[in-house]
Amino acid sequence: MSWVDVCSIDDLQPNSGVCALVNNQQVAIFYMPKEQAIYAIDNYDPFGDVHVLSRGVIGDIQGRPMVASPLYKQHFDLETGQCFEDDTVKVPVYGVQINVGRVEVTLDGAAQ
Amino acid sequence: MSKKQTLVVIGNGMVGQYFLATLMASESKGDYHVVTFCEEPVPAYDRVHLSEYFAGKSAADLSLVEAGFFDANHIMIHLGDRAVSIDRVNKTVWSEKDVEVPYDKLVLATGSKAFIPPIPGHDRENCIPYRTIADLDDMLAAAKTAKVGAVVGGGLLGLEAAKALQDLNLDTHVVQFGPRLMSAQLDDGGAGMLKQKIEDLGVSVHTNKNTIEIVDGESCQHKMMFADGSELEADMILYSAGIRPRDEIAASCGLKIADRGGITIDNHCLTSDPDIYAIGECASWQDQTFGLVAPGYAMARTAIDHLAGREQRFTGADMSTKLKLNGVDVASIGDAHATTPGALVYTYQNGVDGVYKRIVVGQDNKLLLGAVLVGDASAYPTLSQYYSNGINLPEHPDSLILPSRSGESVGLGPDALPTAAQICSCYDVSKGDICSAIAGGCTTLGALKSQTQAGTGCGGCAALLKSVLDCELEKAGIEVNTDICEHFRYTRQDLYNLIMVGEIKTFNTLIEQHGSGKGCEICKQAVGSILASYWNEYVLKEDHLGLQDTNDTFLANMQKDGTYSVVPRMAGGEVTPDMLIVLGQVAKKYGLYTKVTGGQRVDLFGARVDQLPLIWKELIDVGFESGHAYGKSLRTVKSCVGSSWCRYGVDDSVGLAIELENRYKGLRSPHKIKFAVSGCTRECAEAQSKDIGIIAVEGGWNLYVCGNGGMRPRHGDLFATNLDKATLINYIDRVLTFYVRTADRLQRTSVWMDNMEGGLDYLKSVIIDDKLDIVQQLEDQMQRVTDSYQCEWKTTIEDESKLKRFRTFVNSDKHDENIIFVEERGQVRPASQEERADLKLAGTA
Ligand code: SRM
Ligand SMILES: Cc1cc2nc3c(=O)[nH]c(=O)nc-3n(C[C@H](O)[C@H](O)[C@H](O)COP(=O)(O)OP(=O)(O)OC[C@H]3O[C@@H](n4cnc5c(N)ncnc54)[C@H](O)[C@@H]3O)c2cc1C
Ligand code: SF4
Ligand code: FES
Repeated sequence: MSWVDVCSIDDLQPNSGVCALVNNQQVAIFYMPKEQAIYAIDNYDPFGDVHVLSRGVIGDIQGRPMVASPLYKQHFDLETGQCFEDDTVKVPVYGVQINVGRVEVTLDGAAQ
Repeated sequence: MSKKQTLVVIGNGMVGQYFLATLMASESKGDYHVVTFCEEPVPAYDRVHLSEYFAGKSAADLSLVEAGFFDANHIMIHLGDRAVSIDRVNKTVWSEKDVEVPYDKLVLATGSKAFIPPIPGHDRENCIPYRTIADLDDMLAAAKTAKVGAVVGGGLLGLEAAKALQDLNLDTHVVQFGPRLMSAQLDDGGAGMLKQKIEDLGVSVHTNKNTIEIVDGESCQHKMMFADGSELEADMILYSAGIRPRDEIAASCGLKIADRGGITIDNHCLTSDPDIYAIGECASWQDQTFGLVAPGYAMARTAIDHLAGREQRFTGADMSTKLKLNGVDVASIGDAHATTPGALVYTYQNGVDGVYKRIVVGQDNKLLLGAVLVGDASAYPTLSQYYSNGINLPEHPDSLILPSRSGESVGLGPDALPTAAQICSCYDVSKGDICSAIAGGCTTLGALKSQTQAGTGCGGCAALLKSVLDCELEKAGIEVNTDICEHFRYTRQDLYNLIMVGEIKTFNTLIEQHGSGKGCEICKQAVGSILASYWNEYVLKEDHLGLQDTNDTFLANMQKDGTYSVVPRMAGGEVTPDMLIVLGQVAKKYGLYTKVTGGQRVDLFGARVDQLPLIWKELIDVGFESGHAYGKSLRTVKSCVGSSWCRYGVDDSVGLAIELENRYKGLRSPHKIKFAVSGCTRECAEAQSKDIGIIAVEGGWNLYVCGNGGMRPRHGDLFATNLDKATLINYIDRVLTFYVRTADRLQRTSVWMDNMEGGLDYLKSVIIDDKLDIVQQLEDQMQRVTDSYQCEWKTTIEDESKLKRFRTFVNSDKHDENIIFVEERGQVRPASQEERADLKLAGTA
């Protein structure tokens, strides 16, 4: 797998998201410091047809980590990309890791 | 203005603080310059629940003082300073730290101290009274090495102290001078049953023991020597053998002291000096002192009324008590000893279950005079209502204490109680007060408690309170699941109260203490809004950032294409040509679409997230402020041109609109709030379609409330007429704070009021007649919010670290190339899907 260095951990927004551009692909990265959890999904909101998911509110639904779209409030599972409101909609998720204070993303084998 | 009088309160204990809080919530609030002396190092705390210190409550949990109370009310408090003398001729108080305060009126609320038997050895190490937080800290320190603890005194407090020793894992003994435990409240039968139950719990009870000396022990640190020759060894000894009023400072300045101790007071709580009151445990009324908090509170109310020239008398107090001692229910009501001439007694004793019940009734078998319950106090609420409201007893009064094996309930249902029935004696709350609070939206016990204070004193009325609540809810047909979301089993109003009462400042603390999981956009936004309206901290502070609705996190409204709009405030719709020109220049520079909104201001659309700080910096530099178009908060105060120009104008509607908009800007609320002010009844500002609408009339301002346009338009209701400006603002402060405190999430004022039982009339009674006695709190809260206003955009721009999040990408300066505009009528707009497809094609071709 090829990991791409995107930013320092200090560039993340605690309990919120940021967007990184990886190989011209918009990747939304969410960070929950209390759980020490980090997630990466595609920034594209298939309902609004715009790239904004990184700016949604995050939390959980029945224990599943999720982001709510800032436009029309559909929820997406941060681990699988599955939309909670519509079985047929799924956004890509990407590999993300923290390596000595740096955040790295890989687009390889993106789960569809 | 005449010089304010100085009111000095000596003692900041439970009653002293209640006096201050009640005074500040009354009309006399502004009449005095108030100074208080507090001997203890911390301001008032809840002594009643002192023992919970050992069950995990902290000193902060026990505090009775709302954050910022003294500052907000301009009360000078001398902490850790004892008043030592009073010069009644020159009307001056001196303290230990040499503070000298001249007074016009003086209130003594010095409480009492634990009685310590004056026997040799009484002051040995680890022999501790049980009264203050400092005493508890001494106990904690002593408990590190102690194994055996003894309590001197088998009364109410003694048994509570015994519970504390058990909580500290000590082998616990209670030493009682007389033959009975709780001799003041219980008869022989009840006391016997109690002794047995307490012993079953592992506490050794020693009755008829007169301690005459404490000396060195052999197996323990101390040995208590009793008059009958027996002895008991212990490492820690607690004194809880009664209390002595602290009347020393009163005595030394020559005030009349009662024979049995305590500062003599009359029915107005005045001492022998007409400028000095005494209230609480230090006072003696008709030669009695009262060791409970409710009579002290009643005295405080009496003194406040007397100060204000209102007639109100202290008429003694109900000494009924109910408590749980080590899990054993004990209650005593009225004449438990049946000393009333002609009194009849019914007793039920069940040695198997350890239950003892006794009621004392009048000669005619109609009125309840007293009761004793041990082991099962479930009849207490019913009995105390019979007792305090003089309700006629059922034909067979013993049915009230006999077990009901047939399953039918003999309790007095809350429905049977008269509206005037007092439910909570600590705070003097009637059934009527509780019903109106329920009607006003307090549909949970928590909400009801914080609204009416009922149940927040000794807690003895909690069960009855709950049954009144359940009964009213059932009558109103209110259905139950009002949880805000899966993460909190509470309504928005509950969360509000939890935050207020627990002084919670972050979402994390709230969810840890009262919720589960990580939260979601519903609870996070609701809590974000509550925290903002209560504490009014910067909304993008790290703790709050993740809570804001999408629009709030970027302080701008997201549009359909992911760009944002910029709406600067234009209070009242007034704008100078110069400001308008700047706005035009900025719009032009950044290529923004420009439109006049329905709220009388200008909206600039099409800003990319990274452009927002740049645009706002230019606007702020010339004096624009955030318009909060993104927040659930005050939007605009529309105005008509009014008397300055209009030939019909009765008053300056623009001036008032600007003043109001500046007063309430930034206030976070359950939904957006809109105002309008019209200069005459032609109503060009459409004030009657706003949450708050104001129309100028010959006699002043008419106030309309709870209107809106939008999806379900509703005209506002006329709330009050011919108001002067100060009163108008007071009313608006109160209505809005009450709305912020009690509405559901995303409930506009119209729906809020329509859902309130009693509707407009009820709202008027709360806001105008101060039925719930909260208007002062409401006004104070609003004042705090207005005082702490900050333009969020200004704060953001001045903080480098906050600007980081406005980058489109963390790792690149590129822009989102999917944002594409086309031109229309000389300005930009987002390209439609087809246009975008075409443009992309053209780009690749
Ligand atoms: C810009 C503006 C339309 C315009 O171009 O004139 C507008 C734009 C929006 N309105 Fe409005 N409303 C605007 C005046 C109004 C008015 C007229 C007024 O304020 O006098 C009303 C009816 C009056 C009322 O609210 O009682 C109005 C009733 C609504 C409603 C329905 C509210 C309701 O009670 O049912 C919504 C939906 C909501 O809030 O849930 C709404 C929601 C919105 C939102 C926030 C929709 C959204 O989620 O994007 C729009 C935000 C656009 C933006 O980026 O600023 N807007 N909206 C007006 C901004 C006023 C301002 O300066 O702040
Ligand atoms: C463990 C315990 C349990 C209790 N349980 C109950 C219960 O269940 N129900 C109930 O109704 N009551 C209960 N009480 C009694 C209740 O706490 C008192 O009735 C109440 O605290 C009396 O209030 P007060 O303000 O008169 O006195 P306090 O609360 O004692 O306050 C007096 C304050 O004045 C200060 N002071 C005294 N002299 C001076 C001076 N010269 N200068 C400055 N400050 C001074 C004292 O340090 C003290 O802080 C309990 C008490 C204790 C200790
Ligand atoms: S409401 Fe009255 S004062 Fe205002 S513009 Fe209309 S006519 Fe003039
Ligand atoms: S009676 Fe004490 S809290 Fe209500």
